[in-house]
This record gives sequence, C-alpha cells and structure tokens, in this order.
Amino acid sequence: MIDDSPLLKLALTFGALSLVSVGGAPAMMPEIHRLSVEVNPWLSNAGFARDFALSQTAPGPNFMMISLVGWRVAGFAGLMAATIAAILPSSIIALIVGRLYRRFSSQAWFPVVKDALPPIVLGLIVASGVVTAQAAVSDTLGFAIVLMSTTIVALTRQNPLVAIGTGAMIGLVAGRLGYL
Amino acid sequence: MEQSVESPKTATGHQLGKLELFMGFAEMGLCGFGGVATIARHVIVDKRRWMNEHDYATLLGMGQILPGGNIINMTVMLGDRFQGPLGSIVALCGLMIMPIIILLGLTLVYDTYSSNPDVRAATIGAGAAAAGLVIGMGLKMGRALRLHPIHLGFALVTFFAMGVLRLPFIATIIVLAPLCIAATFWMRRR
Repeated sequence: MIDDSPLLKLALTFGALSLVSVGGAPAMMPEIHRLSVEVNPWLSNAGFARDFALSQTAPGPNFMMISLVGWRVAGFAGLMAATIAAILPSSIIALIVGRLYRRFSSQAWFPVVKDALPPIVLGLIVASGVVTAQAAVSDTLGFAIVLMSTTIVALTRQNPLVAIGTGAMIGLVAGRLGYL
Repeated sequence: MEQSVESPKTATGHQLGKLELFMGFAEMGLCGFGGVATIARHVIVDKRRWMNEHDYATLLGMGQILPGGNIINMTVMLGDRFQGPLGSIVALCGLMIMPIIILLGLTLVYDTYSSNPDVRAATIGAGAAAAGLVIGMGLKMGRALRLHPIHLGFALVTFFAMGVLRLPFIATIIVLAPLCIAATFWMRRR
C-alpha cells in the first residue's frame, strides 16, 4: 500500500508539521522527537540525541535535524523528501504573505500577533531543550553536562559550538576514566 | 503576477541578480554555525547592503510570526522581493546546499567511527551539551523579552503542555496561540 512508502510517510509527517511550526525548528524538537521516536520507528532515543548533536554541529538552519531523520530513514531520497516537505508548505505561505504585507502591515492585528507569539515560542524552545535532554541523558554526568551547556549559552556570548565541544571533551575524558 | 510598479533595488540602489542572491545566501549557510540569524543580518545589512536595518528587521519579524523557520521565511520573502518566486528558490538552495553537504559529511565520518569507544563517549557528551544549548538559548531569549506576567504565564503553560505533559504540538498550538493573541489584544486595549 502507499501507506507503507517511507518517503510518503516522511513527506506527510514533516509537511504537516511545517504548516504549524511556529517558532521554527528549535521550538519543534519535542514534536520531531515524538514523531520520529514514539509515533514512527525511525530513531531510538540515543539515535535522536546523536543526530540532534550532529545537526547542531553543522552550520546552517536549525531544522536540518529533519533532513537527517530523512537520511536515516531512506538515504538521499529520504533526505530530499524530508527537507522539501519541511520547507515547502511554510515557504508558500511566506511567499503569499510577503506579497500581501504592504496591504496588511498597517492593520491593527499585525503588532498584536507579533507580540503574542514570542511567549509561546519561548515555552516551546525551553520544552524542546528539556525533551531533548531527557533523550540524551541517562546519568548524573549527562545531567551535569546539560547544566554546563545551559549555563555557557545563557550567561555568555560564546559560540554554541564551544558548549558542544566542551560536552564532547567531558564525555571523552569520562569515557577514558570508565564513567560512561 | 507582475508587479512592475517598482522594480525593487537594494539599499545601494543596484539590481540584485540571481547569482548574487545565491552566493550571498551560500555565505550565510556556510558561516551560520549555531543558527543563521546573526550572520544573516551581518551579510544582508552590513556587508552586501541588500536592505537597510529597518527593512531587514521587518522582514525577519514577519518570518518569525509565520509558520516555519524565521530564517527560511525571510529567505523566501527576500528572494521573491528581488527576483520573484524563482529568486526564492535560488536563495533557499544557496542557504541549504553547503550545510546539507557538511551535515552529511559529518554524519558519514561519525558513522564510520561510531564503534570507537572514544567517539561513542564524546557523542554522549555532545548530545547532552546540545540539549543544554537549547535550554540556554530559551533562557537567554526569556531574559531579553522582559515578558508581561500574563505572557510569562503563557510561556509557562506552553512549556508545561509540551515539555511535561508531552501533548501533541498541533493541538497545543491551535489552542494556545489564539488564546495568547486574544489576551494580548485585551492587554493592549486596557
């Protein structure tokens, strides 16, 4: 049946998500986790944490985690299907709204919507971090690394790669000492 | 849909071609470690002077309130403004091509060495750090926003629904976003 096609499944899953993805990929991580670990058998918890770290290490837009899920499911075709599905629906909306903008920017609701969405996005992003941490962490050491990274990013202007690199180093040393 | 009323020019007054669009966005994708937002402003406003600060902020603000990534939406709208829908596609391809190649390269290298215990341990550490990075980013954003208590309440409820109860994303957004818009409207009227 067509329902069994992994490409179609990827496209429908991430295409639907694209239409409602307020706040972009960082805010969507709990849903990406739910869809690719719990609803579909695409990734394990450890695999999700691993691929999230990989996608954060590469440059570029945050949503490339979705591209990587596609790659894991169906290779290059899966990557293309997932990536296009994640971009296309929201981009068509952006194209239309961008053209209508001059007509509507003076309307009263525009600044209201602009003010109302950041709190939701904020809640989504912190939830993303917590859900991702739950997938990544299984012991006290992992918890300490999460805290370290949270602190570096929240309190300094360091490049985020510094936090990821430090985490990798701590993991490496802990592994050599037999803690992992 | 021809809009020949005004042929859009850049802040310096020249016509922005497709090749320049592609190259500019490729630059942003390639240099955008940890998200593209910072480098995008630098390239578009300071370096290439495609738009002034205000126009860019407006475009990014619109990208933020629409579904989808704010940078992706900004890329689509900027490409369309200068070169029509084809410009959007060219700009998106420019933004995505190098990051995808690098991500695949990283993944293939990682998968090759993933049985090495050092690599395995480092990955566990990097995964935990990447999660903390998102929490830290949220906290930083929360501090910068200086939310009204009502808005803070919405942020907490959203967090609770998604992070603790693990409710489905679409249902959560469909309920909370209109409520927050209504509350904001009410706050402004008082």
